[in-house]
Amino acid sequence: MAGIIELERVSKHYTKSIIGVDDVSLSIEDGEFVTLLGPSGCGKSTLLRMIGGFEQPTHGRIFLAGKDVTWEPPHRRDVNMVFQDYALFPHMTVGQNIAYGLKMLGVGRAERDAAVVEVLRLVGLPDKIDQMPHQLSGGQRQRIALARAIVRKPKVLLLDEPLSALDARMRDQMRMEMKHLHDKVGITFVMVTHDQEEALTMSDRVVVMESGRVAQDGRPQDIYDHPASPYVANFIGTTNFLPGGVVAADGGTAKVAVSGIELTALTDRPQRAGDVVTVGFRPEKLRVVPPEAACGNILSGRVSEVVYYGLGLRTALELDGGETIYVDSLLPDSLARSGLPPLGSRLAVAVEPHNVFVFPGGGAP
Amino acid sequence: MTRTSGLAARLRPAAEHAAVPEQRRQRAAPGLVSRYAADTAFMTFVALLMAFLYIPIWVLIAFSFSDSRSLTWPITGFSLQWYEKLFSNADLLKAIGNSFYVATLATALTLVVGVVAAIALHRFNFIGKTLFRRLVLLPITLPGIVTGISMLNLFKLIGFNLSLETVIFGHATALIGVVVTQVYARLQRLPKSLEEASSDLGASPLRTFFHVTLPNIRSAIIGAGLLAFVLSFDEIPVTFFLTGRDNTLPMYIYSTLRRGVTPEINAVGTLIVLMSLVLIVISVIATRDRTSR
Amino acid sequence: MTLDRRTLPGLIVLGIPLLWIVVFMLVPYGILMTYSFWVKSYPSFKPDFQFGNYILLFTDPQYVQVLWRTLKISLLVSLASFLLAYPFTYFLVFRCRWQAVRTWLYMAVIAPLWVSYLLRAYIWKTILGTEGILNSFLMSVGIISEPSDIFLYNQFAMVVTLTYIFIPFMVMPIYTALERIPPNLAEASSDLGVGPWQTFLRVTLPLSAPGIAAGFTLTFCLSFGDFIAPFLVGGPDGNLIASVIATQFGAALNWPLGSALSIVMLVIVLLIVSLSDRIEKSSRTGGT
Repeated sequence: MAGIIELERVSKHYTKSIIGVDDVSLSIEDGEFVTLLGPSGCGKSTLLRMIGGFEQPTHGRIFLAGKDVTWEPPHRRDVNMVFQDYALFPHMTVGQNIAYGLKMLGVGRAERDAAVVEVLRLVGLPDKIDQMPHQLSGGQRQRIALARAIVRKPKVLLLDEPLSALDARMRDQMRMEMKHLHDKVGITFVMVTHDQEEALTMSDRVVVMESGRVAQDGRPQDIYDHPASPYVANFIGTTNFLPGGVVAADGGTAKVAVSGIELTALTDRPQRAGDVVTVGFRPEKLRVVPPEAACGNILSGRVSEVVYYGLGLRTALELDGGETIYVDSLLPDSLARSGLPPLGSRLAVAVEPHNVFVFPGGGAP
Repeated sequence: MTRTSGLAARLRPAAEHAAVPEQRRQRAAPGLVSRYAADTAFMTFVALLMAFLYIPIWVLIAFSFSDSRSLTWPITGFSLQWYEKLFSNADLLKAIGNSFYVATLATALTLVVGVVAAIALHRFNFIGKTLFRRLVLLPITLPGIVTGISMLNLFKLIGFNLSLETVIFGHATALIGVVVTQVYARLQRLPKSLEEASSDLGASPLRTFFHVTLPNIRSAIIGAGLLAFVLSFDEIPVTFFLTGRDNTLPMYIYSTLRRGVTPEINAVGTLIVLMSLVLIVISVIATRDRTSR
Repeated sequence: MTLDRRTLPGLIVLGIPLLWIVVFMLVPYGILMTYSFWVKSYPSFKPDFQFGNYILLFTDPQYVQVLWRTLKISLLVSLASFLLAYPFTYFLVFRCRWQAVRTWLYMAVIAPLWVSYLLRAYIWKTILGTEGILNSFLMSVGIISEPSDIFLYNQFAMVVTLTYIFIPFMVMPIYTALERIPPNLAEASSDLGVGPWQTFLRVTLPLSAPGIAAGFTLTFCLSFGDFIAPFLVGGPDGNLIASVIATQFGAALNWPLGSALSIVMLVIVLLIVSLSDRIEKSSRTGGT
């Protein structure tokens, strides 16, 4: 079965050299919560706006529930958008804002009023119906914008950086609320964000974008644990990168020489001995071990900097081979009592083979 | 180390901050005395400017109550005779009526064209947009006499008789720029997402305009309309060339001035000042944003 | 070609002002241009193509003199307005500590725009005249013993009157420009050890250049085309271009010459406007 949204080789070329979206094909299933993730300028917002009908692709087609809507204006598409600045009509009350879309559908007054009351209860603001938007807090405006969009029961709800205007505490709370709302209403959500944490915590599926193209498309944990490229590994979470060369390869495992030692890695892609590769591993997957530990995959060096960040420590370790890597460790009680590792002291860390990424080619992002 | 010192500098009270580097303080923060002197100088200047702007208007009003025919200071006695004369002057009353007629219709016309032009400038990209904008805004800087004369040529050429209606077209042309600047500025401040949201919620472009755009630029339109009304009411250069036998109020005053000045003009002037004052108050109240964001 | 529902409203929105501009501006300017090449043929004029009118304007001392005088007066008016408006707006934006006072003072300067322009010129006739209050005042104070006629009917009177009338057009753009300057720029400059005068000359003044340019453009162009002030306070040698144009279309019945003069005025205004546009654009892009 085809998805509720089908993007068929969609591109948006502003000029010959300035390309917003470059040959993106994407299929979104009914009821999914999909996030388009990437830095600013990667084309994610343009893609969302093309689904909404605010911009037209220069190539390719867009299907909504099997119907070609590429050239339909926004008011003739069964999708609704939550804007980054919420775009609540300042001259209308909350109730009028929410009823607006229903009025345009030709829904009768009584039915409209009932729907407004119901959706306000759903977003937890039943008593704000007669207030003006400027009387609301940021979080409340956000919920009204959501209510105004979902009251029309669209096939797809588009969310353009919906949490970026909120402060950190409010953002955390709204993340959970929006996820619950998605489960409750069963509408397909397509969200755009540059915040990787938002993408990982809220969505069923994350589409990472890089300069107008899809860099990786998958479940949050797949993207985090099996990044397709150094770009993805670096954009989502933090990754240590070291240049290396494959020494020996055997099916799913490879031995890679890095920084004067050999690391064993379980790899997604088959490797060949002699290949130049970039090895990556995440700071929090490193485990501090006694220097004389007998297990493999050990990197050792000198502590060059220690940063305390509340939840744990980030230690910069200057390897014997010369490179610097970061090691994150949760702060155990014992360490808190004994104090931070002194600068210049020797430290050894180990990494499990399945936590080592091997990317073809040299050069970290 | 450097970070803490920077932070500490920011946390330090302002007075102490200014006192730190000795040679810098003398140049950066002028002493209290010189600051006081500067403030006094500025305030004196502002007071003089206000006197320059408002003493003439008070003089105008004062002479309207003079009992003498000559405009000589000091005024010898109080009288309302000039107002009595004014209200029995049929020509003058007719001119006032004509001015209201012209100003009302010219304002209506210029608002329609000006608002539409502002929207075109705001919404569309088209070839020659820069030229279009310049032409629309040209009458603001272009002396009225050029507008008046060029339109006079047009009307003569196509055989239109000069009348109050030709004046209306002239005023509407001269005032479009005023409307466009004000309405366009407001449109630019209106977030683009509002119109997009309306469209997203199923409204056609026309409905979006009437339900979302118009209510949000209404105060700018009212403000521009009131200003256009006043400017049209007072207009001389365009009227001078485009009017037929009928006189507007400023044209009537202008022709009276040719014959010599009497306090009757001051009486009319006082009434105009009063009307302007009322319109200013209306404009301030009407254009105040109730939903200040 | 068919018009679908999407392009039709757009065409109407664009069409109305476009039609208006063509009919009431471009066509009339075209006619004006055409007439300027025609010749006078009493009591009317006849088609021709010759530059006689323009040659006359730029060679006959009578017209050259008026042109220079108009340029001079307009420049003086702009300059006077600037010297009055800049310190005032500077005070409002940077020195005035009470928002309410700032709003009221600004309104007080703009408000006269709403009061008849003819009346504002007329008042100065009564103030500066031999029997006017300036003379009466000076006599009562004892500075002069009998009424003087040096105040009225000269270029000084025109400059005072036009400055009085057009000063709001200098205040408005400068105020907008100064208001846009973030106050922390001046603070940063003084924090870097730059004195207040240097800060003003190097930070504030250059940043307000677009406002100054707009103010000069407006006051200059408006004074340049004025014929009320010369009529009321100008006196025998106070003719400005606009009064000459009015005469050509009135008593002198020389429409071609009047048209040529109008075209000259139009061209000068267009030049000034595009110059001011350029200044504004270059200061926005950070050029010199």
